[in-house]
Amino acid sequence: METAFGITGKGYVLIASDTTAVHSIVKVKTDVDKIKELSPFLLMATSGEPGDTVQFAEYIERNIRLYHIRNNFPLRPPSAASWIRRSLADSLRSRKPYSVNLLLGGYDVSTYKPHLYWMDYLGTLAEVPFAAHGYGSYFTLSLLDKYHDPEATVEEGLATLKRCIDEVSKRLVVSPDRFKVKIVDKDGVREIEV
Amino acid sequence: MNTLVQRFSTTGPAAEIRKAKEVLGEEDDVVDVMGFGNLASGVPKFSIPGVPDPSAFLKMHTDDFADPSCRIKIKHGTTTLAFRFKGGVIVAVDSRATAGSYIASGTVKKVIEINPYLLGTMAGGAADCQYWETYLGIQCRLHELRNRERISVAAASKYLSNLVYSYKGMGLSMGTMICGWDKTGPAVYYVDSDGTRLKGDVFSVGSGSTFAYGVLDQGYHWDLSDEEAQELGRRSIYAAGHRDAFSGNTINLYHVKEDGWKFIGNYDVSKMHYDGPDGRGGYGYDLRVEGKSSANPPSSA
Repeated sequence: METAFGITGKGYVLIASDTTAVHSIVKVKTDVDKIKELSPFLLMATSGEPGDTVQFAEYIERNIRLYHIRNNFPLRPPSAASWIRRSLADSLRSRKPYSVNLLLGGYDVSTYKPHLYWMDYLGTLAEVPFAAHGYGSYFTLSLLDKYHDPEATVEEGLATLKRCIDEVSKRLVVSPDRFKVKIVDKDGVREIEV
Repeated sequence: MNTLVQRFSTTGPAAEIRKAKEVLGEEDDVVDVMGFGNLASGVPKFSIPGVPDPSAFLKMHTDDFADPSCRIKIKHGTTTLAFRFKGGVIVAVDSRATAGSYIASGTVKKVIEINPYLLGTMAGGAADCQYWETYLGIQCRLHELRNRERISVAAASKYLSNLVYSYKGMGLSMGTMICGWDKTGPAVYYVDSDGTRLKGDVFSVGSGSTFAYGVLDQGYHWDLSDEEAQELGRRSIYAAGHRDAFSGNTINLYHVKEDGWKFIGNYDVSKMHYDGPDGRGGYGYDLRVEGKSSANPPSSA
């Protein structure tokens, strides 16, 4: 079952996503990277309809890159979120909509603020301190209500993220066995081993 | 045709009941005047609709997904939990009853006090749980009188699971935890209307169970103190009451120890959100992180 989490902390956003590609009852691949690095300070985790996810993510990635080249400055997280939401909303009203759910994490270098956005395939956009997509959300949102700290250090944030992954592994049927974790902070985006 | 086959078949629930009636020398369709039926007779007798397929009949009149205008809406949606630890068993439940999207009641007693040493929780059909767990209480008392010894939690839960199993396929809906203290110490058994019966340390049942598990699993360990354990039970039901639309209103908390169960208290979920159990800080996320910021400006700025 596809699951993705995002949590904010003091000056960073952590995004975790499972790494399995499933077709019917078969795990086709177990090391898929579902978290795209859109720009030096922007991460996007995708889940949903196979095919749509990658196509949509690459479309977004190219356009964000195009903006960066044209303006010599990348789109800041709130603007990127708005533009991505609009793209999804337009798609929804087309003949063949993208069925993609997203988590968008970014660090705004000019305000020193981390931003996390939860977005679904209907074009619902919400800025949140923590977020989850998929069945994992049923187990982790209550957990994060209790354990999330907006001022947590990276180590504390990772410990909370570990709680979420452990809980999903413990309780969810056919739980994902591996998660990829990426961080975005003042130093940019990078992967973290858990 | 199907009716005829069922009526004269030698297997299936209808035939089993017919056989039981023959054994007991009872006539068909005797009006039950005692309220609890012939409970003392040992073999439970329960009137079922005089139709070929009782569960299809029930579904026809209760399936609110297929037919929202149906007359009977069964009350569903609950969060219940029970866990075993060093100091006994904690049982915590919410108090909301919903019928579709309507909150039918906010003051339901979902813990059924079977006897001073046994508690049962209620999830699924309210009537089914209430009736059969009260009935279980009667049988437990009879066991005491016959054997001059209190029934074990294992035996009580097995009695219930055997009973609901005999009605399998006839539309019973229960998900319950039988909790108590016997010769073996604290015990929790999960019993449901499929006939599943599981012994375990931590269980949560109902639509809000996933949210309760999220908090419960992360805070649980065997060596919890009594206060910590009660707080964990309360906090977990609050989490479900907060996140699950079909759970909420108030929390009922029980603690089972060696000398039987004790009712700890009734707590309003909204009050827990804003004030907490002792008025010193609510559980709510916004309250907890008030004034905190994730912004990370350089120290010179």
